[in-house]
Amino acid sequence: MTEKKNNPCADGTCRVPTSQRLQTFDTSADSGDIGALVSATIDEQEIKVPMGTTILDAAKSLGIRIPTLCNHDDLCIAGVCRICVVEVEGQRTLQASCAYPITQPIVVHTHTRKVRQARRHILDLMLSEHYGECYACFRNNNCELQALAKEYGVDFFRFGHPEKPRHTIDNSSYSVIRDMDKCIQCRRCVRTCIDLQEVGVLEAVGRGKDTAIATYLDKPLGDVVCINCGQCINRCPTGALRANDSTDEVWAAIDDPTKHVIMQTAPSPRAGIGEEFGLEPGTPMTWQMNTALRRCGFDMVFDTNFTADLTIIEEGTELLIRLYKNLVEGDGSMPVPQFTSCSPGWVKYIEHFYPEYLSHVSSAKSPQQMFGALIKTWYAQINNIDPASIVSVALMPCSAKKYECNRPEMCDSGYKDIDYGLTTRECAQMIREAGIDLPEMPKSEFDEPFGTATGSGIIFGATGGVMEAALRTVLELVTGKKVEDFYEHADIIPVRGFDGCKYAEITFPDELGPVPELIAHLVPNWDWLKGVTVKVGVAHGTANAKKVMDDIKAGGKFSQCHFIEFMACPGGCLGGGGQPIPTTPEIRKARAKAIYAEDKAYGEAGKARKSHENPAVLRVYGEFLKDGPCGHLSHKLLHTEYTPRGKYIG
Amino acid sequence: MLMTQQDKLMGELKALVEQHGTHRNALIPILQDVQKRYHAISDFAMQTIADLLGIHPVEVYSVVTFYAFLNEKYHGKFIIRLCRTISCEMAGKAAVARQLENDLDIKFGETTSDGRFTLEWANCIGMCDQGPAMLVNDQVFTKVTPEKVHDILEACEKAFGPHTMQTEEEHVL
Amino acid sequence: MTTIMNDITFSTAEAGAGLKAALEKGRADVIGVVRESAMRGRGGAGFPTGVKWNLAAGAQGDKKYVVCNADEGEPGTFKDRAILSEWADLVLEGMTIAGYAVGAAEGIVYLRGEYTYLVRQLEDALEKRREAGLLGENIQGKDGFNFDIHLHMGCGAYICGEETALIEALEGQRGEPRNRPPFPVNTGLNGCPTIVNNVETFAWASMILAKGPEWFKGIGTEKSSGPKLFSVSGDVDKPGVYEFPMGITVAELLKNVGGGGAKAVQIGGASGNCIPACEFSRAIAFEDVSTGGSIIVFGPERDMLKVAENFLEFFEDESCGQCTPCRIGNTRLLEGIRMLQTGHCSMKYLQELCKLGETMQLASKCGLGQSSPNAFLSIVKHFRNELMGRACVMVCK
Repeated sequence: MTEKKNNPCADGTCRVPTSQRLQTFDTSADSGDIGALVSATIDEQEIKVPMGTTILDAAKSLGIRIPTLCNHDDLCIAGVCRICVVEVEGQRTLQASCAYPITQPIVVHTHTRKVRQARRHILDLMLSEHYGECYACFRNNNCELQALAKEYGVDFFRFGHPEKPRHTIDNSSYSVIRDMDKCIQCRRCVRTCIDLQEVGVLEAVGRGKDTAIATYLDKPLGDVVCINCGQCINRCPTGALRANDSTDEVWAAIDDPTKHVIMQTAPSPRAGIGEEFGLEPGTPMTWQMNTALRRCGFDMVFDTNFTADLTIIEEGTELLIRLYKNLVEGDGSMPVPQFTSCSPGWVKYIEHFYPEYLSHVSSAKSPQQMFGALIKTWYAQINNIDPASIVSVALMPCSAKKYECNRPEMCDSGYKDIDYGLTTRECAQMIREAGIDLPEMPKSEFDEPFGTATGSGIIFGATGGVMEAALRTVLELVTGKKVEDFYEHADIIPVRGFDGCKYAEITFPDELGPVPELIAHLVPNWDWLKGVTVKVGVAHGTANAKKVMDDIKAGGKFSQCHFIEFMACPGGCLGGGGQPIPTTPEIRKARAKAIYAEDKAYGEAGKARKSHENPAVLRVYGEFLKDGPCGHLSHKLLHTEYTPRGKYIG
Repeated sequence: MLMTQQDKLMGELKALVEQHGTHRNALIPILQDVQKRYHAISDFAMQTIADLLGIHPVEVYSVVTFYAFLNEKYHGKFIIRLCRTISCEMAGKAAVARQLENDLDIKFGETTSDGRFTLEWANCIGMCDQGPAMLVNDQVFTKVTPEKVHDILEACEKAFGPHTMQTEEEHVL
Repeated sequence: MTTIMNDITFSTAEAGAGLKAALEKGRADVIGVVRESAMRGRGGAGFPTGVKWNLAAGAQGDKKYVVCNADEGEPGTFKDRAILSEWADLVLEGMTIAGYAVGAAEGIVYLRGEYTYLVRQLEDALEKRREAGLLGENIQGKDGFNFDIHLHMGCGAYICGEETALIEALEGQRGEPRNRPPFPVNTGLNGCPTIVNNVETFAWASMILAKGPEWFKGIGTEKSSGPKLFSVSGDVDKPGVYEFPMGITVAELLKNVGGGGAKAVQIGGASGNCIPACEFSRAIAFEDVSTGGSIIVFGPERDMLKVAENFLEFFEDESCGQCTPCRIGNTRLLEGIRMLQTGHCSMKYLQELCKLGETMQLASKCGLGQSSPNAFLSIVKHFRNELMGRACVMVCK
């Protein structure tokens, strides 16, 4: 509780109006007060808290539960829903405990008649505007409004209930669907969109009874600069925001005997899906999920980590080419720093907000799309399957992946590279629907030929993971030595962790190895990298991405970087918009722990932890992509180009 | 919109931003000036102002929709705001309202087809002792009667000048 | 558009006397005088002005602001319009005194958009003061006392009369009230200590400095000192702006303005209370019926349900829409009124709505939401027989 909240309010960098902010307050009148403790008596229990602690946090540390709706650990304090009101002695009115900083000794009561009546009325008022029945809602049993209605014993609609919808559902986006009939105007999505993500698509508009959460000019979400990150979905307390569900189509493909249905699963869903089945956050379900998916009827279950490794080879090679061109040939046509391209939310963000920097983005497709392209070409070939009969499904922690697989340019295999993107939540839904209790499933391996993955692939799920994987490979390819010679257990700690913008430097030694055969045709030797310091950056959450981009624009330290990893979602993919709800900093930390544990387990089991050691990857280059990384065929299938969209809303 | 008109508007918006500053505090004064000059804050204006101030268009839209005197839809040359609050209601605003609707042939919230008049309700305009009261743009009229409505509208018509149609420039927005 | 007025003390003010007296004193002494006068804010909430100034003076900040709240939007209030029309100089002088007292260099008059017609004369007044050395640098030869005032126009939002919403509007945001604490005296405009006072408060402050706190304290009641301006409208012979000492009874006031035979009086505007004839002996003061100055008189023929409806229509539109009790609560109350109008409201549901009103008073984020059900509750309380059991009639809208 004494720990500062990890939200933008805490460091004062937030940009929401002051009306929606945890306010700092003046303790400087008596400098002795700063950091001082102040006593609070809550429901007869006394506690000493640091000046400025909110009543809500103080109560939490006493084990007293106060209900909240507009409050979220990742966001600034709004104090608008008023469900958390409490009675403070000496105050005429009730106070919102989430927004009330304790600066002098106070006595608080959290469940007096007035408080109970107010909370019940607030719920009744919300329900009087909330259209929809719980059993026909994807948030049934995971809805904060529903849970509070139960907690406060709502058994009738005191102030009525809408009989018919007043809004049309906006399903214009491939990724996010908005059903404003379920909105309770807590404004978490607004604070997520404007403050946490700096995308600025959603805001409160209108006034009085006409106040609503809307896009610019009420345009459909598909027409504005939404990056599809889905962070708003993860923070919506009700079913007003949800992902564009494609489970029906996937079931239909499974039911069709002429279809060969392939599922690839990304690293983050396995770290999160257990939460959908009541497990503690950070309980990995990798091997149980393989069994469950097969029982659901998928013909093949592959590991996206395979193409994560492939991405590292392609993107790493591209980086070496960029460095060579810039450092040796003085050719600026492929500028550095190179930006990663695996987060589709980030890709759309840069297309909208920094289109002039698109030449910095690696042309390598994301692992999902690389996989799609290989499945409908090489995999179809070696197994003698008509690619037209393949339905390729991707299980992703991400709502933006749904948009990505529908990008018109993502058809390099001659077919739609990926047919459907499923979120972790939708996958859990399918598993439940099949009557499967995931945690009880026996464990099983991934299918060949893409079954082998490395620890580098798995850590793609956490912020800094792509960077760490790339550095492991680049370091070994260039020095000819083991990463373990530089970093204990090959853990490149400087790029790990949840700091918003990370920066690290790695200096190559003066003795470097020979150029490995795989990329020998691209660079003659490594002499030009001797003693060179490689500077890298990592940013997660697009608000942090914006900070890094603005720093680059201003010629700051990130402009001197060679390689920067960007992830649209806070925490990286493990905090993606398709992951189980809710999300908090603690939950994301637990998921990250699971991911790094799996990486470690690869090492302990004697399996490969570096992408270039992946035997399946080497096989692909040997048998199919014969002209090597960034070669002709790889360029056709595994690389793409981007669209400068700009931020003008047409 | 023709490119030249857009460029012209862009130039004017830039000048306004230069005058008021690029700080967020300048947003409302800028919007007020745009509203005054163009009788609306158009899509293009909102996006341009957002860009110049380094904020998102939806934030500008959010502010525009909050304040009664800022509008994203075109408002007439003369905006008539009849007070509907209690003292004016007791003083007989209903009859004035009906007469306004009859004489202008529009309902409240609408703009005449020639773009001259917009009819709106106002919440208390601080003329409670002399109701029914209404504002025509910045000018206040008190103790308005249905009969007086006609005179006021006529005066507006005269002030509007010989051109019954708007100039092309005003159609920009 | 002449407003009827009685003898108003502001007419007797000697130009510049307040500022002159203030500049002869130390800053703390100026605040001391205002504190001693025990003046409470004239906008309606009634926070002691001297205390507010003292808090702002003690607060740390690179910059401080003095804001004059001229966003007079409370239904039935127009005395600030009259003051700004007739005695703008006195208000500007009061702001200057406040700037001196709290150590602010910038003053802002937040003038409601509906009063745009006052802009020219206010700008003229400001320019004249600058020319006379009453604004600008080293005012009246006081070394280091720099203070200037500019106008900021509102654009049609009643809620901006709430001080934190007003500050949000000044910062280019939607006028949505902030969480408190902290209060503007600590964290106000641009995060700096800010005092926001009503137009009338500044005018009186100026006179208090000129005439001394004892003069002010000698008028009114112990807890509500001084004279007060009232905006009187509705069913009276002489609607207008009146000065009376605080503590005047409703009956006395009615006698002065020609409001004989009134059935009820709404005191404090839409957010105030409706006082029935049987309570006309009550005093208009912070300790009894408090008001920012709005007095709306209802004659015997008035339909109190229509009155309540009008007020709730007002709040339904003017709520900022931020917090649940106010945004949805006012709509539900208004629906209740419409049910009463058609004779479809059970006593049980009416009681439920009254409880909802209590919740709104207790749980809303700002003063608007907290006071929006007042009129409804007091009308239901005092005129229940008039409201219940109406026949179902076609309501002609």
